[in-house]
Amino acid sequence: MTKVTMTVNGKTVSADTEGRTLLSSFLRDGLGMTGTHIGCDTSQCGACLVHVDGKAVKSCSVFAQEVAGAQVRTIEGMANADGSLSVIQQAFQDHHGLQCGFCTPGMVMSAAALLAENPKPTEHEVRHYLEGNLCRCTGYHNIVKAVLAASGQDVSGLGVAAE
Amino acid sequence: MYDFELVKPASLAEAVKAMGDDGAQALAGGQTLVPTMKQRLASPERLVSLTGIAELQGVSAAEGRVTIGAATCHADVAAKAAAHYPGLAALAGQIGDPAVRNRGTIGGSLANNDPSACYPAAALGSGATIVTNTRDIAADDYFQGMFATALEEGEIITAVRFPVPQAAGYVKFAQPASRFALVGVFVARFADGVRVAVTGASNNGVFRWAEAEAALSGDFSADAVTGLTVPADDMIADLHGSAEYRAHLVGVMTARAVRAAG
Amino acid sequence: MPKDGGIGASTKRREDMRFLTGKGRYTDDINIRGQVHAHFLRSDVAHGRINGIDLSAAEAMPGVLRILTAADFAAVGGIPCGWQVTDRHGQVMQEPKHPVLADGKVRHVGDPIAMIIAETYEQARDAAEAVLVDITELTPVLDMKAALAEGAVKVHDDLTSNLCYDWGFVEENKAAVDAAFAKAAHVTTLELVNNRLVANPMEPRVAVGDFESHSDQYTLYTTSQNPHVIRLLMGAFVLGIPEHKLRVVAPDVGGGFGSKIYHYAEEAAVTFAARLVGRPVKWTSSRSEAFISDAHGRDHVTKIELALDDENNFTALRTDTYANMGAYLSTFAPSIPTWLHGTLMAGNYKTPLIYVNVKAVFTNTVPVDAYRGAGRPEATFQLERLVDKAARELGVDPVDLRRQNFITPDMFPYQTPVAVVYDTGNYQATMDKLLEISDHAGFEARRAESATRGKLRGFGIAHYIEACGIAPSNLVGQLGARAGLYESATVRVNATGSISVYTGSHSHGQGHETSFAQVVAEMIGIDANQIDIVHGDTSNTPMGMGTYGSRSLAVGGSAIVKATNKIINKAKKIAAHLLEASEADIELKDGKFAVAGTDKSVDWAGVTLAAYVPHNYPLESLEPGLEETAFYDPSNFTYPSGAYGCEVEVDPDTGKVQVLSFAAADDFGNIVNPMIVEGQVQGGLAQGIGQALLENCAYDGNGQLLSGSFMDYAMPRADDLPMFTVDHSCITPCTHNPLGVKGCGEAGAIGSPPAVVNAVIDALQRAGHAHVTHIDMPVTPARVWAAMNG
Repeated sequence: MTKVTMTVNGKTVSADTEGRTLLSSFLRDGLGMTGTHIGCDTSQCGACLVHVDGKAVKSCSVFAQEVAGAQVRTIEGMANADGSLSVIQQAFQDHHGLQCGFCTPGMVMSAAALLAENPKPTEHEVRHYLEGNLCRCTGYHNIVKAVLAASGQDVSGLGVAAE
Repeated sequence: MYDFELVKPASLAEAVKAMGDDGAQALAGGQTLVPTMKQRLASPERLVSLTGIAELQGVSAAEGRVTIGAATCHADVAAKAAAHYPGLAALAGQIGDPAVRNRGTIGGSLANNDPSACYPAAALGSGATIVTNTRDIAADDYFQGMFATALEEGEIITAVRFPVPQAAGYVKFAQPASRFALVGVFVARFADGVRVAVTGASNNGVFRWAEAEAALSGDFSADAVTGLTVPADDMIADLHGSAEYRAHLVGVMTARAVRAAG
Repeated sequence: MPKDGGIGASTKRREDMRFLTGKGRYTDDINIRGQVHAHFLRSDVAHGRINGIDLSAAEAMPGVLRILTAADFAAVGGIPCGWQVTDRHGQVMQEPKHPVLADGKVRHVGDPIAMIIAETYEQARDAAEAVLVDITELTPVLDMKAALAEGAVKVHDDLTSNLCYDWGFVEENKAAVDAAFAKAAHVTTLELVNNRLVANPMEPRVAVGDFESHSDQYTLYTTSQNPHVIRLLMGAFVLGIPEHKLRVVAPDVGGGFGSKIYHYAEEAAVTFAARLVGRPVKWTSSRSEAFISDAHGRDHVTKIELALDDENNFTALRTDTYANMGAYLSTFAPSIPTWLHGTLMAGNYKTPLIYVNVKAVFTNTVPVDAYRGAGRPEATFQLERLVDKAARELGVDPVDLRRQNFITPDMFPYQTPVAVVYDTGNYQATMDKLLEISDHAGFEARRAESATRGKLRGFGIAHYIEACGIAPSNLVGQLGARAGLYESATVRVNATGSISVYTGSHSHGQGHETSFAQVVAEMIGIDANQIDIVHGDTSNTPMGMGTYGSRSLAVGGSAIVKATNKIINKAKKIAAHLLEASEADIELKDGKFAVAGTDKSVDWAGVTLAAYVPHNYPLESLEPGLEETAFYDPSNFTYPSGAYGCEVEVDPDTGKVQVLSFAAADDFGNIVNPMIVEGQVQGGLAQGIGQALLENCAYDGNGQLLSGSFMDYAMPRADDLPMFTVDHSCITPCTHNPLGVKGCGEAGAIGSPPAVVNAVIDALQRAGHAHVTHIDMPVTPARVWAAMNG
């Protein structure tokens, strides 16, 4: 066992790891932070997506020891300091961008990474950026809408029949 | 997965030393290796992480060549190579998804040589040089079939050197599930001729399409490859497409890659 | 305008708060002190005889506590099937044994052989590699028609053949149907495959078993859509645990789509093992494992024929379907191709004569059961592809042919020739609405624009009907159901007026915590935030049947209405006492009980407090307290319907199909939360488009799954889909439930596959590929290219 220390959501944390301990397992089992989810074993679904040093990373495909010392941000660290929902989270609620909630942490983290890179993405850019995040409930319609809304764009005309 | 020891050398020299032991394997971005290990299909005793080695990072350009450090992730290539070799940067930006591009590296991709990966097409199509800790390997000598390369045991790719063509384009027809290339074609026009490399299609991995190269060297236009066909004999046939379909797509994607090259 | 938080309002979901902040509590998030881990060693061959299992090396591995094989389950029952179908000759179906762990034979890749329990998951996996299983491989049974041939290898040695049943519906109609075909002016025939699918909810299955020896109490935490059903099946039929000693908890569940209805072997195994090893036992499925152990969906091979007279009226319909059951009968498998499929073959049409034949077949594949829509997508796909093909053959507009044969509003209630009675509907209205919202009139211009880019544009239409809220219990009992299909609710009003509603329905994405609260809030006239919806735990909810078949609001919601009405009736009595008025004069409005025609009133909290602090209370005639339970058993199915339109572009060089737009005009009856309803439709559309274009669960000739991970099973992604245009303004309220609701969960997945395929065929035919009359799903680029060049 090797003790790994990193900063998660602004707090310095440590847990014992084996070489094979994945970052997702470090978070879920080591720290009890179960907001990061495991939906596949082939790096496809993105439910485990977190930020490592500001970049979107699938935490199920990175060993904890590889990212020792890194700044990690998870869904648990996304709300505002007062506990209220951040702009992106609020947009997901406002536009019904989630149903069962399982893919949601990864979707929110992915959306946050997108908007950090590209503050006013087009619908096409949002859809393309989210290709590594699978959702089985929403058909993506409201997720895309939520991300566009979170970027400050008017989404009232999306998916509405032309009059 | 099976347990192993993870070592994180800070220099290439340390990495080479760590790779000298039995059962050691290089760990680049891990985007293919980690899922493979989850299936218990790989059982290294020691993984030597290459992503923390500064000398393996970065994109540089000089004398008509772009050199990419082996541990440079796809996202960095997409961003940093754009000014020097836009065709290569565009290809890097099509690999996997954003999170995969933040971890996966060019060295890892070339060392693995997945028959459906994008980078082998760029390396072969550009006539790149694969630089290792011991030697330089020409792309034409490097790729030796599905998952097979010229790398020796313990040899580490340190950089990939690309001659920058006058124009280049890559078009990928994605396998709908994995988003790897069902067929991907990289076309590069140099002063002395055109190179065409095809990934995803063949049972022998990435290959050069000589007929298309000849045609395009004479006339670099999509029309030049119209009517050219590759034999379906050695094409991959699977759930996603027959050998004939892949052979057909090679032609279509080649024409589109020429258009993309502009 | 609906009141915020009341019926008809797009109230934002309260459950989102925990899901958006990482505080959801899914089964895999549950770790019990002392917990150990289970791993299942699964068959890697499709069909084989187990000659022996040597555990000695594995049992000596580090951390291993116990390894169980079939022998350890000798004293318990097998996994039960919940529906018994009787065939066209009056014989009950062949029902094979379904042992918890493979006993003597393995019958599909993924069939569990041994359960290894160890301190850690990795130790269990290590030990699994040391288990030596001596298997003689047998020829796998894969093709359904070959499986029924004389002398075919049998999946189950103790059955007479691989035929589960040969079902005819309605058998008495067969001769009349055949006669109608004999004198038809035109017959359209179509042979098609309804592709096998994997449900793939994003949360893989998990089960945690616990046993407390001091109280003899078992608890199972599981990813289920219906915890009471699991408790009954597992307790009574598998492990012999009485219900009062068995608690089943399904906490937050990350999607189901049918695949989490069934009682699975792993649930029984962890519960059983928890007592054996004296520790809580946890099993978490990997995605790869899910592909070979979750029940699959669809997998029908069908020949369907439509007879028309010389005026293009449908005169008869005949179908011949082979339905794959897989290796064992999953919980509701026999009912899917029969009662949930044959009964829908009338569609929206007044076809007078219908005969449906279904042969259910055992093969060496993963069991097949309900997946979103369950039988109804199969029925709709056949019928709506067939009608489209008929229109092309006859040279008439597919919309007009449908309209001509629609059941008209004046015909309701409408008795179909396939047993069911549609209570209400207006199919011309949904068709009109679709043509409007899809801008059908502008299609030609858009097609011309596509052509300038070298793309082939097509428009496809489908009109579906489905039957939701399967019921009533006494009828389904006659049809072979081994369960009732009511739903339950307990409304517990607390002393200060807040309310906990305990429902037998289960929410795994549907938003019940919000929409059910809207119903109660509307009825009583209080703020919805005073109401909590509690579900998923058999220890505190009344016996309920769970959530599937778009039944929750229509059946579960009706139970809540019933229980709430009981509450209101009792509260009025209390209010009458407090106000010294006659009960008949008490009116409830906006959370206040008033004496009609006076200004005398008492508010909700005043009544609820009196119920629990009954100082001034009619104790001689009324019990204290305010808590009521109701069970609602519907008198009929509900029949949502709708018109769907899809516009695609085909790339003629690659065969790739791009869905450019998709419009849905549904009639769901009344709507409680439009936002949630739209989300349900959008999600269903994505799954239906996925089935039509992307998803393909395929086996090779050895019975190995070719699409065993997301690397080969193409899940729809954000960039595969367009924005959807969804309308639910056509409303014919259900006539027989108190809310007038019909259900919306499956519609999208039912109506969309034929619309997509019809659009592709339309595009190809308009481009001159007249010979392409059908392409099987998924309509992959390779298949389109092959069809165009075939």
